[in-house]
This record gives sequence, C-alpha cells and structure tokens, in this order.
Amino acid sequence: MPMPEWLRLRRSNEQPVTDEAALWTKCPSCGELLYRKELEASLWVCMRCGHHFRMSAFDRISMIVDGDFVEVGGEVMPGDPLNWVDRRAYIQKLETARERSQLSEAVVAGFATIDGSPVALAVMDFQFRGGTMGTVVGERITRLFEEATARRLPCIIFTASGGARMEEGMLALMQMAKTTQAVQRFMDDGNLYVSVLTDPTTGGVSASFAFQADIIIAEARASIGFAGRRVIEQTIRQKLPENFQTAEFLLEKGAVDMVIERAHMRDTLLKVLDYTIDRRRISRAIMAVPELTVS
Amino acid sequence: MNVIVEREKTLVELEHAIADLRTRGAGRDEVRLLERKYAELQQDIFGNLTPWQRVNMARHPKRPVASDYIATLEAFDELHGDRHFRDDPALVGGFAKFRGRRIMLLSQQKGRDTKENIRRNFGMVSPEGYRKAKRLMELAARFGLPIVTLIDTSGADPGIGSEERSQSEAIAACLTTLSKVRVPVVATIIGEGGSGGALALGLADYVIMPQHSVYSVASPEGCAAILWGDSSRAEEAAEHLKLTSDDLRAFGIVDEIVPEPLGGAHRDTTNFIERVTNAIDAALNRLSSKTPQTLFTERYDKYRRIGQWRSQMEPLARA
Repeated sequence: MPMPEWLRLRRSNEQPVTDEAALWTKCPSCGELLYRKELEASLWVCMRCGHHFRMSAFDRISMIVDGDFVEVGGEVMPGDPLNWVDRRAYIQKLETARERSQLSEAVVAGFATIDGSPVALAVMDFQFRGGTMGTVVGERITRLFEEATARRLPCIIFTASGGARMEEGMLALMQMAKTTQAVQRFMDDGNLYVSVLTDPTTGGVSASFAFQADIIIAEARASIGFAGRRVIEQTIRQKLPENFQTAEFLLEKGAVDMVIERAHMRDTLLKVLDYTIDRRRISRAIMAVPELTVS
Repeated sequence: MNVIVEREKTLVELEHAIADLRTRGAGRDEVRLLERKYAELQQDIFGNLTPWQRVNMARHPKRPVASDYIATLEAFDELHGDRHFRDDPALVGGFAKFRGRRIMLLSQQKGRDTKENIRRNFGMVSPEGYRKAKRLMELAARFGLPIVTLIDTSGADPGIGSEERSQSEAIAACLTTLSKVRVPVVATIIGEGGSGGALALGLADYVIMPQHSVYSVASPEGCAAILWGDSSRAEEAAEHLKLTSDDLRAFGIVDEIVPEPLGGAHRDTTNFIERVTNAIDAALNRLSSKTPQTLFTERYDKYRRIGQWRSQMEPLARA
C-alpha cells in the first residue's frame, strides 16, 4: 500500500482502544500516568514534565506535513546479505520489527508540503531495529537526496538511530559513504539541508548525514552522540554526568544550531525555510512533484 | 591475550631448537626432520585462519604499523594540527614522495609499545585528528596531490572530550571532503579497520586490503556489546561480521587483496610492505590518467552501488 493511502487510513481510522491499560501511558521521566488521547494531542510530550516520548515515523510525518506524502524508495526492502543468525535469524528480527513498527524499514522518505512549501522529507523510526542504518536506510536516504537534487527541493531529515546495523556488517557501514556523497552533491548544488536530531541519534547515522546539514536542529532533551553512553563509561571506567550527550549539552558545546521543543518544531522549520528558500522557486518545485497537491 | 601470539609460541620454540641444532653441528637429517615438522605446524596454524584469528593477526604486536610504511617512502614531511585545538598523534599526515610522485599521506598510527600506544591513543583518532585529516585532504586537492591513506584503528576515540568536540561532525566532515576531492584517493587497511573511525579515511577510489587485515562495521567487541550486551563474546561476533578480506572483496567493498606470507605480514615485513606499496603505486598509476571529473563520478558510482536489498511492494499492515 503506498504511503499516502496509509496515512489517510491512519488519520481517518481512530485506533479502537478496548484495553483499559492502553488508555494510559506512564511517563518514564516523572512517572505521571498520562491519558493517551491527551498525550497524543500534546504531540507525545508529557503534560507534566515535558518529557519527549519517542515518536513513530507516521506520527512525526503527520505532525509536520500539510497532507499528502509521496513516498520515495518505499519499494526498497531489506535482504539478508550476511545470512545472519544469532539467537534469532536476521530475517525474523526484521519480521518482528515490521510488526512492531508497522513499517517496512527504519526510515520513511518522500515529498510533502509544509505550509505550502514543498520539501523532501525523511523520518527515521527507532521502533524498527533501533533506527539502525542498513542498506535500505542508506538507499532510501540516498534516493531522496538524488531526487531532491533533481527537483531543487530543500531536504529535511529527522534522525533517530542507534547507528549502523550490525546484521548487515560492512554493507551497513558503507551506507555512511553512500549517503554522505549524495548529501554532498545536493548541498554543492546550492540546496538547503536541515537535519533534526531526535532521541536518540548516535553512531554511523550521527557521523554521516545527521551532522552534515546546513542547519542542525536538536529536539529538546534528545540524546545525541557518536559513541554510546555505555561504551564511554566502560572505556573511562566512570559514570558520566546526567546531561552528557543531551541536546542541551551539544548546544552548549557548539555542535548544533538550536534546541527546539517538539511543539515548536514545525514553526521552526518554516522559519528556516522562509529565511533560505526563494518563494519564487516553490511553484517550479511543485511542478517537479506533480503528485503533490497544495492546499 | 592475542591468540596468534599464543599459537606462535610453539613455532618460536621449534625455531630455537633448529637454530640450536645447527650451531651444534647436528646431522642434516635431524635438522631436516625438525624443519619439516616446523613447516607442517606452520601450515596447521596459519593455513586456514578463523575470522577471530584474523582479528588477532590484524592486532598482532609485531604487525607492521603506519610508521613502518612511512619509513620506506623517499621523503615524508609531517604536517601537524587541526588549527583549532591540538595535534592528534593518532593521526599522522603530511607531504610525501612516493615512487617519484608527490602525495598527501594520511595514516592512523598505532604504537609499537605500551608507551607509544598511550601517546598514540592506540590509533584511536579524536575529532581534532579527523579535522587535521580534512584540512590536509583539502590541501592535497588544491595542489593536485593524490591522497594515500593507511587505516589501522579499532574505532574512533570514544572519550568524553571527543564527544564534547563532536566526533560525529568530525568524521562526517572527512567523509564529505573525500566525497568531493577531485584527486585520486587510495586507501589501504593495513591492520584493523573498525567502524566509522576507519571509514573516515576509507572513502576512496581504490581500496587495498592485506589478506589478514580485518575491516568491520564495529569492532567484534563493540558488536558483541551492542547485540548481546557482552563484549566478551567478541569471537562469536567476529564469526558473524564477515570482516575478512575475502568477504569484503566479494561484497565489492575491497578492490584488491595483497597476499601475506604464511604466518602473517610480520614474518617478512620488508617484502610485505614492498608488495603493499607496489599495489598502491599501481593503483595511483591507473587513477592518474583519469580526469578530475571522471574520478569524482566514478567514486560516486562505486559507493552508490554498494548494498543488497530486495525490490518488492509488500502491503503494510493496518495500524
């Protein structure tokens, strides 16, 4: 099923929640029991303490785009190049991830409009194998940048990833090279790239397209870094401070342009687009993506 | 404990015994018998190395390190520092003369002993090391010098300071720079290639890998920690990761394998380094005839192709 239909279904069909327990979600930060409908309405941000829950790719897309979403690379599906089997076979792990996330892979990429401005947009989903980058993530991101280059569209990527996917070995690592090249060409051609680092963004994704952007926005309180916290603690044999590798920590160290609360994310993206994109180019860009209708 | 070093011990004992017999003027047959035994044992130990044994070979304390290669160059003039923070001794770079041509050499430098390893941070590069590399790549591109990299690291430095100075951005910047330089880039994984920290110098037109070097998405210890929360299961991870030269040649990630003497590169360092540098030289010769634009396009296409996936429309289940 192509993405737009999926999105429409998702929007029109309220999920019937019969289980009483499913009506409530406990905030992992402050412990408050939150009514799920209210939590959704507040964009998955705890009404009491402001904790930002991780979001599914579809919720994220719904939060950002006007309406339609034309998927790019959706037909690219994972294989099992290493014939990987540990406790479970990689293909079984993928199957579980599909069921859990309702996604075919850890990223959804495509074209959409934000307040009438057409953009190329990719959103990673931590629920799918920890948002890890294997061949498919690399391929979809690369295709998106190539398509966006051809159409001269600005590109926005929401990252959420534990890094390269172990089960695809070096083929996963090479996606860093592949995506980086595509981003480099895109930017060299004079196009705008904005990355939004959400919780968590680490490893191979962090060290490739996440930190290559013109504008790097970190979502409030997100955990962002290269090495995982546990790896560092094991290496230096001491506990790390609470705020280490948080969005706010990175802002202080000068690694990101801004830290933005989820509720202001869409407005912030619009502002960045407004500063950088020539409005006259938009009509041409829309013509480049005829599937997109603009309200 | 290095499993190769352990297995070598019996061989070293035999070597001593043979030398001993010779000095004592023992009979030829006696010596020959021991020599045959030695050859058999050597074949037995090194003839068919497991992935984990290869990891240990790649980390062998006597395996040639970057400085051993640099010592064979006609000239090398090191350039230091990232111009912002400090000079990273784990990343050695500079102008070099190599077989009559001028090149930019960038290498990850492991130490020869504990003291040097501490100074070199065991070849684990910090952000300022990658920023130095990026600076030198750009310098090379401006003056048309081919870039030759020697990769030997278990991974980028995972310390607090490296995170504070954005290791991610530093590695991404190296990758971006190697994506755009329009000069030949030849990378060689001389020992251990671990993760993004290795790839930062590895996005190249031509990638050479000695037979017993390893190159993996994460170090086996790191992979075991990530997947199973237990870094002691590194041997098992090594079996899974497809990190040997043969595997990577088959995936199209490595372009050429340089054979090693039985027992590993350190058994015949001089000749081995000669073979590796011959391969680098030949690669540079081939690449030097290409126009800058061709280099740029072919490098893009090379990485564009890497990966395996299925193309198929599967219905997504309803939420």
